[in-house]
Amino acid sequence: MKPAAFSYEAPATLAAALAALAARGDEAKIIAGGQSLAPMMNMRLARPAHLIDIGGLAELSDVRLEPDHLVVGALVRHADLARHPLVRANAPMLAYAAGTIGHYAIRQRGTLGGSLAHADPAAQLPLCAVALDAAVEIASARGRRMLRAADFFVSIFTTGLEPDELLVAVRVPLPLPREGWGFRLFTRRAGDFALVSIAAMLVRGADGTLGRLRLAAGGIGATPVRLDAAVPSGIVDGRDPDWSARIAEIVAAAAPIEETEQVPTAFRRELLAALARDALEDAAGRAS
Amino acid sequence: MTAAESIPLSLRVNGQDHRALVEPRKLLSDVLREDCGLTGTHVGCEHGVCGACTVLVDGRPTRSCLVYAVQMPGHEITTIEGIAADGRMSAVQQALHEAHGLQCGFCTPGIVITMEAWLGEHPEPTEAEIRDALSGNLCRCTGYQNIVKAIVAAARRRREEAGR
Repeated sequence: MKPAAFSYEAPATLAAALAALAARGDEAKIIAGGQSLAPMMNMRLARPAHLIDIGGLAELSDVRLEPDHLVVGALVRHADLARHPLVRANAPMLAYAAGTIGHYAIRQRGTLGGSLAHADPAAQLPLCAVALDAAVEIASARGRRMLRAADFFVSIFTTGLEPDELLVAVRVPLPLPREGWGFRLFTRRAGDFALVSIAAMLVRGADGTLGRLRLAAGGIGATPVRLDAAVPSGIVDGRDPDWSARIAEIVAAAAPIEETEQVPTAFRRELLAALARDALEDAAGRAS
Repeated sequence: MTAAESIPLSLRVNGQDHRALVEPRKLLSDVLREDCGLTGTHVGCEHGVCGACTVLVDGRPTRSCLVYAVQMPGHEITTIEGIAADGRMSAVQQALHEAHGLQCGFCTPGIVITMEAWLGEHPEPTEAEIRDALSGNLCRCTGYQNIVKAIVAAARRRREEAGR
C-alpha cells in the first residue's frame, strides 16, 4: 500500500507547469488534491514516473462571474465549491453536488479540475458538468482551447486531454430565468461512489408548463450520459400530476445501462427511475 | 533527478520545524511516524477510507496517507500531539473520555482531529449531521453510540466556552 517510486516537482507558475508537462508527456501525471490519484498510486493501480504538483498555482483557484458564465478555477476544492457564494448563487447544483463527494476530509482537499480530469464515470462533478452543459478550459505550451463537457468525457478515466494539456478552469452557463435543478444519488454506504446518480435542469413557464429539460445520469456507463433525448416533447406539461414519474419511466427504460457483475441492471434501472422522478420534482420545485 | 533520489525537507509540525531526508513517494503519515517520531497519527487503510491518519494541513482535515511529505513545505501541519499540547484536553477529547467514546483507541486521533475542525464549521449540528460527518472515520469497536454522544456533548461545550 505504498506508491511505486516517482520523481517530483512543484512548478511555481502555470507556464512552468505547462513546460514541464510538455517535456515529460506521458510519463508524468498532474497532481492537485490527490484524492483520486494517491489512492490509485498507493494500490499501484497507477505508477507515474513523475509527478507535477500544481497545488501551489494560486491563479487556478479563482471563481469569477462573466456575463454569460460562471468560471471556476481547476484548483477550487470541493468544500470551497460547496460554500462559495458565487457558486451557490449561479451554479447551485454544482455547489450541492460538491458537498456530497466522499467524506468531509476528502472534500477539504479534492479539486474540481482533478475530479473532471480523473473522469470516474460515477463521480458527481463530471455528471454536473454534462447536465449543466459546461465547458472546460484547457491549456498547454501550445496554447489554449475549450471543450464542451459532453465531448471531454471519452470513456472510463479517459478524457479529451492530450498528454501535454492541463485543465485550468470550468465555464458553467448561467441559469435561465425560472430554471431549477435537482441532484439525487444512491450509495450503499456514506461516501461511496453512487450506484446511480441523476442531475436535472428544468425551465418552468409561468403557466406551469415545462420548458427546456436537461437530464443526465452517472454510474450507468463509461461516461455521464444525457437522457433527455428520449423524452417526447409533448409530455413535458407540468399540469399532468404524474409528469415526473412518466418522464422517469421513459428515460429509465431508454437508458443505456452497462452490465456489471456487482449491481444487477434491473436494480439500477429501478434506482434510475426513482432518482429521476425525485430530481425532476426537486427541479420543478426550485424553478420559480 | 532519478526516481528514488531523496529530498531534504523542512516540515512545520505542531509549531516546530522537523528536518527529514525523504523519497518523494514517502507518505506524510509515514514521515510523521518514522522521521518525526509522532506516532499518534495512526495508519489504517492507506487509501483514504478509514480516517485514522487524519491530520490538519493549514487547518483543514487531511488524510496524511493521501499526501506526500514532499508536498508539505510551506504548510502548517497539526497532528494529535498538537491538540492538547498545553496538557488540557480539547472539547472533543474530554467528551470522548467522559462518554466512553473509545475502546481500542486506534481511530480516536483521526476522530478528534476531524471533529474539532468540523465542529468549528458546524457549531450546532444535529445528530444526523454528526453521524454523516463521522462516516469518514471508521471505528470497529464502539458501534458509534458513545462517539455520537460525545460529539453532541463536545458541540455543547464548545458553544458554552465560545459564549463565555
